[in-house]
Amino acid sequence: MANTKEVRKQIASIKSTQKITSAMEMVAASKMKRTQDLMMIGRPYSNKIQEVISHIATSNSEHSHPFYEDRTVKKACFIVVSTDKGLCGGLNINLFKSIVAKAAEFKTNGIDSSFALIGLKASAFFQSVGGEVVATADKLGDQPNPEDLIGLTKVVLDLHKNQDVDEVYLCSNRFVNTMTQQPTITQLIPLPAIEDENLVNTHWDYIYEPEAAELLDGLLTRYIEALIYQAVVENNACEQAAKMIAMKNASENAGDLIKELELLYNNVRQAAITQELSEIVGGAAAV
Amino acid sequence: MSEIKVSVVSSNEEIYSGEAKMVYATGSLGELGIAPGHTPLLTGLAPGPVRLETENGEETFFCSGGFIEIQPNEVTFLADTAERADSLDEAEAIKAQELAQKELSDRDADMDFTKAAAQLAEAAARIKTIQKLRKNK
Repeated sequence: MANTKEVRKQIASIKSTQKITSAMEMVAASKMKRTQDLMMIGRPYSNKIQEVISHIATSNSEHSHPFYEDRTVKKACFIVVSTDKGLCGGLNINLFKSIVAKAAEFKTNGIDSSFALIGLKASAFFQSVGGEVVATADKLGDQPNPEDLIGLTKVVLDLHKNQDVDEVYLCSNRFVNTMTQQPTITQLIPLPAIEDENLVNTHWDYIYEPEAAELLDGLLTRYIEALIYQAVVENNACEQAAKMIAMKNASENAGDLIKELELLYNNVRQAAITQELSEIVGGAAAV
Repeated sequence: MSEIKVSVVSSNEEIYSGEAKMVYATGSLGELGIAPGHTPLLTGLAPGPVRLETENGEETFFCSGGFIEIQPNEVTFLADTAERADSLDEAEAIKAQELAQKELSDRDADMDFTKAAAQLAEAAARIKTIQKLRKNK
């Protein structure tokens, strides 16, 4: 049986770990509020730009943009949004798993994959798994700046423009609620067509000032940037929520462990006392 | 139809959403006056003031670039950054203008010429907005 000193030491170390995890839980809880606000703030813009894009898609434009073009797919690019820090449960790994599954599915259909990575965790993962990485962006912080993502977006869009990549997917966690984060893969390019029949058969077009090509290019690029930015902000909210839950669970597990160890400690102590007593009684009887 | 729905959004906030009788803005090819029933138009938004005539008087915003989408009953401003004109600080704008001018004249410094020119245009537009607002008051 273990001795009392050892058990006491173990209890002390678990208690200090518990202190750390509960502190991290509180930090995540307070950050979660802020990241959620940030997520909400960005929504009107992405909703509006989405509306405009769908108007454009229904208009009878004389100019068709490459982003709407369906090409035969030889290569796909995944933009992977992950966190910079760990300790947030299965948040990143669940997302990576779904991406790897999708890439494997593409492989069987003869489609190669490349990756543009946001966040240190994605870089670390795809470094160990392998795969062609075209761009990375990390250490964006709790309040990501849209400008920090422009470089990565440009790399991916240029690849598409040069026909090196035919489809682009955005992979990130969707914030359902504090308890649930849903890993999702959405298609960015080609832009999904509008399915509403009533809207498709219209015969109007915009007046474009200046040129349609130039304007659409700018607007669609902005749209893609906005979607990626929104995904990063949402992923941040997911990270804090997942971290809070993970740390809460860790603190609870530490509590359970401490309870068990205290029971063990008392048993060991009692056994030692009983043994000593019986030794004394035995010794007295011998005298 | 005497009113048109207007929304001004920038990537980090919704600035305005409501009805207006008339909208004035600076498009990339010049000044625009948008009345209800305007033909569909898509254009760039140049740095400058966006003025709305509403039931309860006038509203002015400052936009530093972006896009305007016009539908017969709706105008959407997708601004890069937008702010209410009341919250613009003239001293700050003038400072930004001076800085941009200095950067422009100091060509050999390690900087981007087009970027500085854009900054200067933006600062000038900001000052214009403030001064217009003053005149109206």
